[in-house]
Amino acid sequence: MARITLDHIRHAYGPNPQADTDYALREVHHEWKDGGAYALLGPSGCGKTTLLNIISGLLQPSHGRILFDGKDVTDLSTQARNIAQVFQFPVVYDTMSVYDNLAFPLRNRGVAEADVDRRVKEMLEIIDLSDRAKRKAQGLTADQKQKISLGRGLVRNDVNAILFDEPLTVIDPHMKWVLRSQLKRLHKQLGFTMVYVTHDQTEALTFADKVVVMYEGQIVQIGTPAELFEKPRHTFVGYFIGSPGMNVMPVSLDGARAVVGSQDIALAEAPKSVAGDRLQLGIRPEFIRIGREGMPVRIDRVEDIGRRKIVRADFEGRPIAIVASEDVEIPAEPKIAFDPAGVHIYVNSWLAGSPATAGEA
Amino acid sequence: MEKTWNNKAWFLVLPVLLLVAFSAVIPLMTVVNYSVQDTFGNNEFFWAGTDWFTEILHSDRFWAALQRNLLFSFIILALEIPLGIFIALNMPKKGLGVPVCLVLMSLPLLIPWNVVGTIWQVFGRVDIGLLGHTLEALGLDYNYVRDPLDAWITVIVMDVWHWTSLVVLLCYAGLVSIPDAYYQAAKIDGASRWAVFRYIQLPKMKRVLLIAVLLRFMDSFMIYTEPFVVTGGGPGNSTTFLSIDLVKMAVGQFDLGPAAAMSIIYFLIILLMSWIFYTVMTSSDADN
Repeated sequence: MARITLDHIRHAYGPNPQADTDYALREVHHEWKDGGAYALLGPSGCGKTTLLNIISGLLQPSHGRILFDGKDVTDLSTQARNIAQVFQFPVVYDTMSVYDNLAFPLRNRGVAEADVDRRVKEMLEIIDLSDRAKRKAQGLTADQKQKISLGRGLVRNDVNAILFDEPLTVIDPHMKWVLRSQLKRLHKQLGFTMVYVTHDQTEALTFADKVVVMYEGQIVQIGTPAELFEKPRHTFVGYFIGSPGMNVMPVSLDGARAVVGSQDIALAEAPKSVAGDRLQLGIRPEFIRIGREGMPVRIDRVEDIGRRKIVRADFEGRPIAIVASEDVEIPAEPKIAFDPAGVHIYVNSWLAGSPATAGEA
Repeated sequence: MEKTWNNKAWFLVLPVLLLVAFSAVIPLMTVVNYSVQDTFGNNEFFWAGTDWFTEILHSDRFWAALQRNLLFSFIILALEIPLGIFIALNMPKKGLGVPVCLVLMSLPLLIPWNVVGTIWQVFGRVDIGLLGHTLEALGLDYNYVRDPLDAWITVIVMDVWHWTSLVVLLCYAGLVSIPDAYYQAAKIDGASRWAVFRYIQLPKMKRVLLIAVLLRFMDSFMIYTEPFVVTGGGPGNSTTFLSIDLVKMAVGQFDLGPAAAMSIIYFLIILLMSWIFYTVMTSSDADN
């Protein structure tokens, strides 16, 4: 297991990248803790798979270095890096038995057959496939095959990290949950450094200690699920995480007051900004109270989702989402109030007062 | 859903049935007809029973031709299948090289059999052929008209040149269908080049390889045109394969009865061999 250092990594697929937009991955500079569970979260094409393949060595970054435990591995091959990776589609060696599939990475490394047998049997127990050890891998279901791919990664007890590239995409929803909790248990039990790529926020939030949110080739925030929820550092994090996402509206500033249309909202402190910056106010639907006091809104519709309801309304000519608990009554002339703790000001999409790159892990 | 039984639909198959009947079934029946009778012309036929079959099965000439043909097919398969796999493995997977290679590979397949024969007949000639003349100039004693071994080599090289492409294209189709993740997983598992071939590429190519082996066996077992054009079955009988022998017997000597009996035996051998190949190669699938 290892600490992973990403030292000013950049990657472009085309030759001679000039502008920022030529890069699939713009400047990533981070250190990931030994034994941590990290989820790379972001929409398709944000560079998360690129970053993963750079870590595993399937791709060479155009710039920058990768270090495992302080040792430079940038020029090492995938094999030499001692990494395990589980792919989106289960990869099993069809003609081999389940047992041989798990033994394959060990035998390729010349491990003695007695050790192979012991570790494979352990792994069969862990992934719960002992009864199928002698069966050919061909006829298994997708989730069993994915378990084998996982087992092939875990069977080598000396791997530096295990990388997952959207491993649950092709798994049935009910099995997804089972596999996810098994994976979480394994992580606790074996303590490997884990990097998990996904575009599903539930998966990322339930799974990882730290969620790495990526957007347009850069990391916009690294944080615990709670941090991402309470203090999104970038408007993208605001609306990508949470359901419904954060309300973002253009504002102008008047000292420590934010002005939205004809309303002004008191802020905890006056954010620093210069003329010409694009200013936005972000507030999560959970931090808006609806009642008889505050700023007037026009209700468009109310979605009842069980214990809560989502109110879709029109605030100063802009759509706004409000989350209210089910017992809240919506008055005839509804008004809303913003909880000051949930109000954030964004300067050029970044949270006011934070540098325009995401901070340390 | 309720199934409806409507036998009128069979009428839709009728045109094809008629076509197949005229092109295959009726000629085959004529052959069967000839094989059990004797004729001296004038459309007079005499019942001969299984005499012709007995005669063929006891003739050294038939067994010699069969042996030659089996040897030929064996050599062809032993050369073309590995060579085809090797070329397919080394063909580019993307970029400009792909269409270039595919077109180059398809070229031999587009040339009519008799033209292929003529090309190699001229190519190998010692007096004017590029190959034959060069070999002679290099001091090698090569002459496919006189030397049986040279004749065999020429016919085999010609067939390899003509048909390896088919194996290549089939294997290539199998190879490009393998997702990248397999190769990446193999890298991560530390698999050697051989292991990648053995456990990823070969299993994925199995189906197309089965087709390749079947096609190449049947075609090489029925080969006629190319050796006929190049060697005419000679020198002596050294390249007289079953089909050439059959034509000699039927059209050259006009022994219609024995020739018909021989073609039926010939047909059954191909059917049997194809069935064996198919069963052997698909049986491993049923292991589970």
